[in-house]
Parts: sequence; structure tokens; C-alpha cells
Amino acid sequence: MAITEDRPLALEAGAVTKVAARPLGALTRPQSDVGWASWFTTVDHKKIGIMYGVGSLFFFLFGGVEALMIRIQLAAPDGQFLSESLYNQVFTMHGVTMVFLVIMPMAAAFANYLLPLQVGARDVAFPRLNAFSFWCWLAGAIFLNTSWFLGGAPAGGWFAYAPNTSVTFAPGSGMDFYAIGLQIVGIASLVSAINLIVTVLNMRAPGMSLLKMPVLTWMLLVTQFLLLFAVPVITIALFLLTFDRSFGANFFNVEQGGSPLLWQHLFWIFGHPEVYILILPAFGIISEVIPTFSRKPIFGYPFMVGSGIAIGFMGWGVWAHHMFVSGVGEISVAAFSLSTMFIAVPTGVKILNWLATMWGGRLRFNTPMLFACGVIAMFTIGGLSGVTHAVAPSDTQQTDTYYIVAHFHYVIFGGSLLGMFSGFYFWWPKVFGYKLSEKWGKINFWLMLIGFNMTFGPMHVLGLQGMARRHQSYAKEDGFGFWNGIVSAGAFVIAFGTLAFLINIWLSARSAKRNPVEVGPDPWDARSLEWSTASPTPVHNFDVEPTVEFQDDWWHRKWGENEEGKIVRKAYPADIAQDGSATDVHLPSPSYWPLVLSLSLPVIGYSVIYTFWLMIPAGALFLAGFLGWALEPADDPEAAHGHADHGHDDDHDADASADAADEGASVG
Amino acid sequence: MQTLRLMLLTKEPPLADSKLSEATPAEATETVTEHTVEHGTTTGISNNKLLMWAFLGSECLLFGALISTYLLYKERFNDFAANLAPFEQDGRNIGPRFGGEDGEGVFDIPFTSISSFILLGSSLTMVLALSAIRRSEYRSFRIWTLTTAALGSVFIAGQIYEFTEFVEKGLGYSTNIFGSAFFTLTGFHGVHVSIGIVMLLATYIMHKQGRLNSDKAETVEIVGLYWHFVDVVWILIFTIVYLFPQ
Ligand code: HEM
Ligand SMILES: [Cu+2]
Repeated sequence: MAITEDRPLALEAGAVTKVAARPLGALTRPQSDVGWASWFTTVDHKKIGIMYGVGSLFFFLFGGVEALMIRIQLAAPDGQFLSESLYNQVFTMHGVTMVFLVIMPMAAAFANYLLPLQVGARDVAFPRLNAFSFWCWLAGAIFLNTSWFLGGAPAGGWFAYAPNTSVTFAPGSGMDFYAIGLQIVGIASLVSAINLIVTVLNMRAPGMSLLKMPVLTWMLLVTQFLLLFAVPVITIALFLLTFDRSFGANFFNVEQGGSPLLWQHLFWIFGHPEVYILILPAFGIISEVIPTFSRKPIFGYPFMVGSGIAIGFMGWGVWAHHMFVSGVGEISVAAFSLSTMFIAVPTGVKILNWLATMWGGRLRFNTPMLFACGVIAMFTIGGLSGVTHAVAPSDTQQTDTYYIVAHFHYVIFGGSLLGMFSGFYFWWPKVFGYKLSEKWGKINFWLMLIGFNMTFGPMHVLGLQGMARRHQSYAKEDGFGFWNGIVSAGAFVIAFGTLAFLINIWLSARSAKRNPVEVGPDPWDARSLEWSTASPTPVHNFDVEPTVEFQDDWWHRKWGENEEGKIVRKAYPADIAQDGSATDVHLPSPSYWPLVLSLSLPVIGYSVIYTFWLMIPAGALFLAGFLGWALEPADDPEAAHGHADHGHDDDHDADASADAADEGASVG
Repeated sequence: MQTLRLMLLTKEPPLADSKLSEATPAEATETVTEHTVEHGTTTGISNNKLLMWAFLGSECLLFGALISTYLLYKERFNDFAANLAPFEQDGRNIGPRFGGEDGEGVFDIPFTSISSFILLGSSLTMVLALSAIRRSEYRSFRIWTLTTAALGSVFIAGQIYEFTEFVEKGLGYSTNIFGSAFFTLTGFHGVHVSIGIVMLLATYIMHKQGRLNSDKAETVEIVGLYWHFVDVVWILIFTIVYLFPQ
């Protein structure tokens, strides 16, 4: 076999990596990048990614317990487990938690960890802003959940329709926690979206043109653009609600001529793009997993990317399908009904492409692949029920019933969440240096898949029988008892599936500690750049900035065509991957200030709800964080040589502008 | 490792995507050089500037949502106020067209026109500041930066005066939907101008400390982007809110 290769296959390695940290100016930067304290000051995109992952799993358990409480209440007619008021709080917080505190940060975990690696960069464009996003998200999440202890959680549903959520109908501070908590979480999403957009557009390795980026990178990029434009809309909606509730504005005061539709429009203009924000990362993940385990390139790469972009655009033109019964007028209903049917087309394209990728491939059904197949099957069901309520007359019957609940769980749980689980199993060895157990992985998968279908399958039936969502109980005569019993049993099967995942982590970590097995840089024979460096990923990511010639460049370094056009191995991962021993890489120094700055936000929130006096500590924290951030020494290599007082002529100046602190990692 | 290799060897190799292997090495090298030439970033636009562009894109939707809300409520308010029975009026119908002591609207168009021109003028001085620092004319850079900040401050002072006037005429934040929508929209804009003033003063201080010179003119350019954006938004607001109050 004669393979012509005019570039060295192996990637280079070099000397020791240091985290740059210099006492300069009035403030110094923390230095340590090991030990528990380092997690609080880290600006490393990988550590931040891991923290997002841990945080989202924690809240997944939280939201899961809320789900179980709902299902205990509804398991049989005339449930007595939760009072009406508590029931409202529990289902509201379940939805809010799962959307904003689980799926979104879980996607952020993958985005943070993988985007820089997949484009061949050493970190994100603005590492401190990245840390700020994480702490800001966590602060908002905790703030939101403190409402449980401060007079009751929000109870207006995850979409919080005003004026139902105005002071008149929702006294108490639950809805204030909702409005301000989501505002804080929104800031985190927005900042992170801007950061990641700049990273992907601007920090690609030499040769990686846009159409050579992995599909995951593309889907995450589209997601960030959706966030960039969707978050400000809900920001305004939440502001209006807060102004109404706290400062006596009249936006949702119908008595004064305020419009009850205003909230619905603003919320769903955000809300429908939001559902694509939830699903596109999972689409991206399985677009990496399926080719790898089918041993084929993704089928129709341009269509994969194109349909993702198309979804990104069309997602803005369908929001009123959530408002078919709100009285938006016949023409609107007809138009939005049509646009909703059209948006199923690019989604269908994706499904066909995954199937075509698997077609004729050498399939391996490891756990990541099982979850990916689960996504295709379950998401298809959810997509189809989506099309049934795109038909407005039919939706008038379905809306606000359990049929809708079935639909969105098939797409969000069956699509997004299973997709992320696929990602957990797939990238675990890259992140932690050991694989999760296949045996427990399979138990995890089957329990979840079966439990999922037991839980949400019968909801279609219940919905069509007329069972309304968000009702605290139903009577025996309604005849909903049988299926509700199955649904509740299914919920516990899912809980056991989740438990299997946690057991898997625990057992696999333990056995990796006792008898470590070298997983190597590329245990799955995968395709994108993150597999070309050591596992776990070294702090500096790449010893030498990779250069890219092909889409799936890493795969092309391992495999090539011989004269007969057969695909043959050129090299083994362990021989050609970077070994992580590293060069003299300057990495951005850790910083205290992102944490301090983000802490000011919940204090501002309490201040709006309780007393203006809290603005004093909030302002102090904010100023400290802001000034500390602006004044802390830059860590670019030039400054080290003592001319920090003058401008330096490279791009890396941490305080070029108070808001626009660029401290991209640079090679020294 | 050994087992992994064995495992991989025994499997038949995957199919190739013919399209991907078509790219000739020559083409590939071309793209490589193209990207490395542009100073450091892939697009050639610096990270900071791209950050500002992305942020301003997001801001368009923020103001878009606010302006839509205002437009919706302007209509509804006019209908609402027109239908109010006289004994119900107790200040609720004061708005751009109705209410006030003499039945006039609250707006003082000449006053706001002047302050609008002042804000627009600050865009010009912002351009002058940028071109000065690019040419290393630091004295005029300092003058134009401070002038820009000063003009912005005059605009804000005018807005504060206008707000107090309206409140005195009887239009408070909670008076009616017009009051809420008006103060929220213009207030959001005012906060944006104020942040811009802080950014201008920060560039001035950094320059004084010697940390911002002609080689860092881009920082001033980025602040300028923000400043011009905020000005353009004001043109929209001024037209929609003040010039066409019906
Ligand atoms: C094939 C594509 C899809 C179509 C045609 C579709 C259609 C619809 C329609 C018409 C509704 C409104 C039903 C009603 O309230 O009466 C709806 C609700 C919903 N959809 Fe989809 N959908 C699709 C995909 C998705 C995806 C991918 C997600 C999320 C990952 C999603 C999440 C939701 C949620 C959360 C709701 C309910 C919101 C609520 O009322 O609380 N959908 N869908
Ligand atoms: Cu939708």
C-alpha cells in the first residue's frame, strides 16, 4: 500500500508548561492551578466545563426529585401528597430547573470543554468572562432555589404568563425570584454566547475553514447565535415583569389597558428559539458519535450544517404556534401553522443523514452509540407529535393537555438529555482519562429508555382522553387512573436509570484508581481534534497548535486511501498524537474577580425584593469585582518584561477596555 | 494500548467520503497561509472588536423588544385614554396627546430636539477623538474624548430634567401604560448613554496613565462603535416617541 503523505503525521511535543502569574501593579493574581481552591479562581475552559457538568447534574437530581413528587401526587386519583399550592410550585420549579439549570448548563459544559479543543485553540477568547459566566449561572441558580425557604417558590408555570404572575394573582415573592433569577442566569448565557462566538470565529487553528469544522462545533455555534438574539428578548420580558411587580409599572395591568398578549409574544419569541437552544447541542453530539461508531464520515456534511443553520433561522418564525388558542387572529394562526410545518423539514433532513451515516457502516454499539440511537428514535416520535400540533384545529384540542407534555418530553428528554448522556459516555475518557463501564452504561441506557417510554408514551393517550396539564388531581370517574399509574411507575424506572449512571461514575472512578488502564489519546478511533492530544486533556490543550487540511483532519492522519482506493490505516493514535508533555505555553492566570463580581448579582436581586439597603453591600461587591477585574495585571508575555506601563504591541492586553478584557492564551 | 491496536487492526477500515479526499494538498496549503497571515485571529478582526459587534447584535434585539412594547402601548393608550369617562380621568389619561393642565401632551419637542442634536453632535466628536489618537495627536484626542463625554452628560442632564418635568405635569411611572412604557424605553437608553460616558472616561484615564496610545487606537474605536450605536438607537426613539406621538 502506497500512501502519499507530504506532511509529518505525528504532532510535535516540547518543554514544560507554566501558568503565567506575575505580581504587577496593585493587585496580584492567584497562582495555583491545583488543589480545591483553584476551582474558585480558575479560568481554564476545561475546568469551567467540568464545573458546568457537575452543576447541571446536581440540579438534574433536584429537578428529578421534583418530578417524582409530581408523579407521586398523580399516581392515583385524588392524590393527597401535595397541596394545590405546593403542587404549583413543584411543577413550575421542575420545568424551570430542567430547562435553565440542567439542559442549558449541560450544553454549556460540552461547549466550554469541547469548542476550543475542536477548533484547535488553547482556551476561549475571554477566559475571565468565561469564569464569570459560570459563577453567574450558579449564583442565579442558587438564588432561584432559595425561594423555597423564603416564602415559597414561583408557581406560575415555567412560561409564567402575565398577568397571572402579577402581584394581584401571584402575591408573595415567588415570581420575583423567577424574574430576577432567570435574569441572572440569562446574563450568564449571553456573556458565554458572545465569548464562544468569538472563540469559534476567531481562534480556529490554521487551515480550519468554517466548512471544515466538526458538526458539533457548528451546532454549538448556531446555538450561541440563538442565545445571542433570544436572551435579550426574555431579558426585556423579565424586566417588564419585575418593574410591574416591584415598581408599580402597568405593562400587564389590564385594568389600565395593558395587554395580556404582550408577555406571551415576548416569552415565545424567546421560547421557541430556546427549544432549539436545547436540542441543537444534542444534535451536534450525536453527529460526532454516530460517524465514529459507524466508522464512516458523517453523511452529507453540508446538509447537516445547512439544516442546522436553517433551523437557526426558521426557529424565529414559528413562536405563535404556542398561542393558537390565545386569540392572535385567524391569519396569524394560519401563517404560524404553515411555518411550523415547514420547520420540520430541516429536522427531518438531519434524521435521514444520521440514518444514512449508519447505513452500510461497521456499527459498534458502545454506550455512546446506544444513547445516540435512542435520540434518533425518540426525537422522531417527538417531532411527529410536534407536527400534529402544528395543525391548528387539532392543536386547539391538544393544547394544555398531557399530549403537549408528552411531545416536549420526547424532544427534550428523548432528544436533548439522551444526547448529552451519549456525550458523557463518549468524552468521559478524554476528560478524566478512564472510560465509564460498558456494563453499567448499558444498564443505565436501557433503564432510562424503558422508563422514559413508560412515563411519556401513555401521556399521549391521557392527553387525547382530555387530561389537562397542571392540575393538582383528577377524580376517579375521569378514568385516568390506569395510565397515570403506569406513568408514575415509569418515572421511578427513570430514577433507577439515573442511579445507575451515578453508580457507574463511582465504580468506574474507583476501578480506574485501583488499577489504572491507559486509555490513550483516542480510545474510540474518533475524528475531531480533541482526540489528537493526551487524555485527560493537558492544561494547555495542544503542545503545538494543530494545522488542519481536511474536515475530520485527525481521522485523515490515521487513515488514508491506497492505490486501489481502499481505506487503510496510515498510523496509530498513540504514535501520532501529541503526548501533552507540552511547550513553554503561557496560559492566562487564574483570577478572583469573576467570582466576586457574580456574587453581587443575587445580592442585587434580594435588594429588589426585600430592602433597598442591600444595595450597599451589592454595590460594594460589584465595584470590588469590577475594579479588581479592570486593574489586575495582564498576563501577556510582553508585560513580563517590565514595560507594562506603556502600551504593548500585541493583541493580548487584559484591560484594553473595562468591558472588553481580552486575555487569550498565547504561546510564549 | 496493545489490545486497542489489535482491536482496530482486526476491523475492516471504514468507507471514505470521496468528497473529502478530493481536496488537493495545494488547495489546502493555500488556506493555511491565508489564515496565518491575518494577525493572530482567524477572521482578521480582533477578539475585542468582534465581542463588541456580537454584543451590539444582541442589543438590537433588546431595544427591538422595548420599542415594540412601546409601539403597542402607544396605540392602546390612545384608545384607552380616549374612552375614559371624565370622572375617571384623575391623571390616568395624561400622555403624548391627552391630559396635562391645558389638554396638551407632555412633550416639549423643541427642548428634546436640542438635546437630541447634542447627542448626535457627540458622535462627531467621537469620530474626531478616534482619528486624533490614530494620528498620535494626543492633545486633541484628550479634548475630543472629554467633549464627547461632556455632550453625553448634557444629554443625560436634559433627560433627568425632562423626567422631572413630566412627573410634575402628572405623568409618573405608574400613572398609566404610557408612563410605564415611555420611562422604561427612554430610561434604558439613558442607562446605555451613561455606561458609554463611563467607558469614555475610562479610556481617558488609561491614556493619562500611558496605557492607551496610538497603537491601542482600536480600543477607542470599540468604544466608538458602542457610542454610535447608542446614538442611532436614539434617532429611532426620538422619531418614534417624540415626532410621531399619535
Ligand atoms: C419537529 C419539530 C417541532 C414541532 C413541529 C413542534 C411543534 C410544537 C407546537 C405546535 C407546540 C405548541 C403546542 C401547544 O402548546 O398547544 C409545541 C410545544 C412545545 N415544544 Fe415543540 N415542536 C417541535 C420540536 C421541539 C423541540 C426540538 C423541542 C425542544 C427541545 C420542543 C419543545 C417544546 C416545548 C417545551 C413545548 C411546550 C411548551 C409549553 O407549553 O410549556 N419542541 N411544539
Ligand atoms: Cu415552539
